[in-house]
Amino acid sequence: MESMLRIRNLKCFYGRIMAVKGISLSVKQGEIIALIGANGAGKSTLMEAVSGILRSWTGEIVFEGKSLKGMDPPAVVRSGISLVPEGRLIFPPLSVYDNLRLGAYTRLRQRAKEEVEQSMEMVTSLFPILEERFTQPAGTLSGGEQQMLAIGRSLMAKPRLLLLDEPSMGLAPLIVEKIMEVLETLRRQGLTIVLVEQNARAALEAADRGYVFETGTVVLEGKADDLLSDQNVKRAYLGKDYEEFDDEQR
Amino acid sequence: MKKPDKHTIACILFAAGATAVGLMLDDPYYLQVLIFIGINTLLALSLNLLMGYAGQISLGHAAFYGIGAYTTAVLSATYGISPWLALPAAIFMAMAVAYIVGKPTLRLSGYYLGMGTLGFGMIVSIVFREWHSVTGGASGFVGIPPLEIAGFALDTDRSYFFLVWAVVLFFFLISRRIIDSRVGRALRAIHDGEHAAAAMGVDTARMKLSIFVLSAAMASLAGFLYAHQIYFISPETFGFMASIRIVTMVVIGGMASIWGSLLGASLLTILPEWLHAFADYEMMVYGLVLMLVMIFLPQGLTRGIIDLYNSSRKKHDQ
Repeated sequence: MESMLRIRNLKCFYGRIMAVKGISLSVKQGEIIALIGANGAGKSTLMEAVSGILRSWTGEIVFEGKSLKGMDPPAVVRSGISLVPEGRLIFPPLSVYDNLRLGAYTRLRQRAKEEVEQSMEMVTSLFPILEERFTQPAGTLSGGEQQMLAIGRSLMAKPRLLLLDEPSMGLAPLIVEKIMEVLETLRRQGLTIVLVEQNARAALEAADRGYVFETGTVVLEGKADDLLSDQNVKRAYLGKDYEEFDDEQR
Repeated sequence: MKKPDKHTIACILFAAGATAVGLMLDDPYYLQVLIFIGINTLLALSLNLLMGYAGQISLGHAAFYGIGAYTTAVLSATYGISPWLALPAAIFMAMAVAYIVGKPTLRLSGYYLGMGTLGFGMIVSIVFREWHSVTGGASGFVGIPPLEIAGFALDTDRSYFFLVWAVVLFFFLISRRIIDSRVGRALRAIHDGEHAAAAMGVDTARMKLSIFVLSAAMASLAGFLYAHQIYFISPETFGFMASIRIVTMVVIGGMASIWGSLLGASLLTILPEWLHAFADYEMMVYGLVLMLVMIFLPQGLTRGIIDLYNSSRKKHDQ
């Protein structure tokens, strides 16, 4: 099957520092992909490169057969990719409603008012809490609600590929579970999802396949279940202590 | 979601009030003060769109004010062109300069943008002072003609009062429309987080440049009105201190508030007039008032007065 997003030998630069050192990966239509790894492994950098925020990269990023080279963020959003940024980055003084409308920024220009209304209904049925909070400034929401808002806002662009950068950051385990459930729902509706996470267990449990990042390269890739039971992944990212790990080795 | 539009009602009331004042007030001094309040309101509003809503600080805004004033002065006095033809030229000039300056400068943010615009303001003010042959240099430019509409000269304070406040009202309405639109949302999003706004598909660079150019055009219009009101301009009016004064109007009046621009401009225009009584201590008292406002109403006058009103009503209810 032809992949929806194909990245080949991607290298990303911050000035002279190479943060991503030649990564290749592919995402198929309808998949949930988890990118896991420690701080500074290059996961978020990769997200920024795909979404057009970081422009200094070499290699190949192809989405639905079209290269994303040289595209600015608005062009990427219009082509069907939407990013839920790290740390949520909602607009605190703006109302929840305005935040969501901003998500549809590129579509409102195309005068797709009714379609935008449909998306608004889709988002509010996914997160009913947001509708209750419509007129409230987004900054007054709880952390979990803000994450829901950030996801809802990105969905307002009606993406075919959703990129999420650490949606579980700073959230209670119960909320994390809820968000992972929502991702599953979205996938069933036909959305393709790439998920960057430090919470490797939650991410791999939700995902079909995963890539393990380390200092700018992919060190391991495979089915999510296999990665969950992989010794190295367990040791490095799933928080098993060494004793337990040693037991399993024996 | 159509609500009764409070802003429109406020604007109508405001227009009625201004008309009444304009018709009844006879004292030329008060009329003049009100004209200056109008011009300053336009200036403050132009900067408020840029600073209060889009979050881009400009410490050189008086430069555009000056470009408007000098362009119309040179065209109408030196070359004898009708001021109404000089007006589009003045606005175009400011927009062109804003575009050229804004293109590289708006890549900066925060303090750096402040420094960049500060430098720009200084350069422009030096040009006004040193380009003797055109601007009249430090001694100023004399002989700017009054405005005329259909053979009727707007040389009385009353007629000018109506002109200025009609322009202000027009921009109140325009600004509200911009802010409530999709563009306005995008501007406020840029204020809160440029990265996040970009991730939403907002073309942040273009958006910032557009609002900067619009803001410059409004400031230039204010300069035009100023020049044809007092017939004489000199470089100090458009120097660094003037830029700071506009910033102060915005901050004191209230960031991201259209009516705040009016309040800030009013206070900063009237205060020096009242404070003449303090003679030598004038500037000290002036500074003190500004400090007190910032300490007790840190959100600016508009927000502060609304909060005071709400809390007093709450007390009353209990």
